[in-house]
Amino acid sequence: MSIKELVNRYCRTDKLPHIWCTGCGNGIVMGAIIRAFDQTDLDQDKTVIVSGIGCSSRAPGYMNFDTLHATHGRALAYATGIKLARPELNVVVITGDGDCAAIGGNHLIHAARRNIDLTVVVFNNSIYGMTGGQFSPLTPAQSYATTAPYGSIDRNFDLCNLAQAAGATYVARGTAYHTRQLLGLIATGLKHKGFSFIEAVTQCPMYYGRRNNFRTAVDMLNWQREHAVNVKAAGRMTAEQLDGKFLIGELHRESAPEYTAVYEEKIIARTKGGAR
Amino acid sequence: MQTQLERRAQLLSGNEACVYGAIAAGVRFFAGYPITPSTEIAEGLAQELPKYGGKFIQMEDEIASMAAIIGASLAGFKSMTATSGPGFSLKQENIGFAAMTEIPCVVVNVQRYGPSTGLPTSPAQGDIMQARWGTHGDHPAIVLMPASVRETFDLTVEAINLAEELRTPVILLLDEIVGHMRERIELPPVDEIRVVDRVKPTEAPADFRPYKPGPNLVPPMPAYGDGYRFHVSGLVHDETGFPSGKGSDGDASIRRLLAKVEQRKPKIGRAELFQTEDADVVVIAAGSVARSAKAAVKEARARGIRLGLLRPITAWPFPADAIDEVSKTAKAVIVAEMNLGQMLIEVERLMAGRVKAFPLNRIDAELITPEEILARTQEVIGSVN
Repeated sequence: MSIKELVNRYCRTDKLPHIWCTGCGNGIVMGAIIRAFDQTDLDQDKTVIVSGIGCSSRAPGYMNFDTLHATHGRALAYATGIKLARPELNVVVITGDGDCAAIGGNHLIHAARRNIDLTVVVFNNSIYGMTGGQFSPLTPAQSYATTAPYGSIDRNFDLCNLAQAAGATYVARGTAYHTRQLLGLIATGLKHKGFSFIEAVTQCPMYYGRRNNFRTAVDMLNWQREHAVNVKAAGRMTAEQLDGKFLIGELHRESAPEYTAVYEEKIIARTKGGAR
Repeated sequence: MQTQLERRAQLLSGNEACVYGAIAAGVRFFAGYPITPSTEIAEGLAQELPKYGGKFIQMEDEIASMAAIIGASLAGFKSMTATSGPGFSLKQENIGFAAMTEIPCVVVNVQRYGPSTGLPTSPAQGDIMQARWGTHGDHPAIVLMPASVRETFDLTVEAINLAEELRTPVILLLDEIVGHMRERIELPPVDEIRVVDRVKPTEAPADFRPYKPGPNLVPPMPAYGDGYRFHVSGLVHDETGFPSGKGSDGDASIRRLLAKVEQRKPKIGRAELFQTEDADVVVIAAGSVARSAKAAVKEARARGIRLGLLRPITAWPFPADAIDEVSKTAKAVIVAEMNLGQMLIEVERLMAGRVKAFPLNRIDAELITPEEILARTQEVIGSVN
């Protein structure tokens, strides 16, 4: 499908152009999601996209599906209600590093723990963009932000590790630079039965880049290229070589009972006279 | 299938009656978080809902519970949650979201002593104002206050019906005493229970405008998955559901949200009037306190004192017609409540100086007794004569 056909089919073209700044990577990540939808041949009328609050969370408004722009941090809890009520719907969550890792962190843990069949894409731009550049839990240590004028003293935090530890059965990380890989990771997440978590490292040249010595969005994309290490290659690298780098690719995949399916099998069935 | 609903006379608590009311009204999704004194509602629905093909989920916190029921309602399910003081505070932001986006849902708040952790979990009626103004911004509010177990069943059904009819969150405000007391009651036969379902759009998806109100000010609502591909946002939106960024759209939509309730105020806002026709003094009391008040009225009458009772069944809209009625004859009213004068504010506002209102308050975690109401009546009679 040509890009024009993709846009016409999956976007609400009357809502474009989007509100994102010049050089913002959110459009690249949204493009990867749309291509992944197309690749997996998702039923557009049976797919719901849920988001919280922030720059990334504006994406569903541009997408031609049933969409929910919920409250800050709570997208996963709203999505859980939709999915448990109607397991036949595909439910995709678009969130950001502040939305998902800070205010919504608890919901991430518990949605992952249940292994409910949601596909989550976190647009990690390392900053609160909508509010003008405050540091988030995923802002790299010592970075500058409006609320970290002397450099952030918070330690680095790996949200993929958290998701995996909490029970996510598919965990992956990609970047806006490695677009084709990101598309594949999201497509795999969409097909995976269970809680799928994909972190998409993206760039905010306006509020993160300018304060942290990135002159252009291209500089930031180059930074992604230089600092991302494919998980398959990482095994052959020394600790020294991996210092300061982050892993991309499929980080974890396992098969485990999915929450809404178990609900039907164990709870609904038992009330119909099944064995205790 | 043999269910609790089919059994007739039975001994139930208010919280249990709420469970069966929810089932009877068609609630098929409940999300909650344990908190005394409301937990029996979650426990009851965990037991009952799957029997009807419904879903129960215990969420990670109160905020998530509120979010989950809004999500399930968007997916087409009648949805409910239940909580108490601290949890009610936590739910407020998402209650505002449901009001703004017009998603039907019911929040049961079994009031306990506050603020904060308070006196777990002694009775109080301190959430009257929070139930009206808990979330930020101007918003509609419908708040029902049952005083008996049977009425808890009936008002649970009504809360669901109003939420579905008006596409708005509805609060069922119990107090701990009503929630936990047991009464022998008869539930109505299932076919006699009026059940309201939300109106769905009839136009084709291409012509559908999600927030275009019908003649009753309420926009028809499809479910996610019905093929309408509609957008829901807590941002100020126009009829398309998309953010417009215009203050004029905010003005129009918030006024409509309020008008949905305002237009039906006489029907929704109501009270029980007991022996008020010739009353010199009328005690105004809701929930469990109204039970003491009714006993006080009977005792006063036996002693030749003309005392009456006005029992608000709805906290919001407050029953203005009943206040008008009482203001014609009564020389004074006593507002008895287990807080330091929340209902009193609204009574004084509506009385507008026509009849003097005297407070009677307890915040020592004990129910106001009939004797106290009688004693207060004597004082009030002494001061107005």
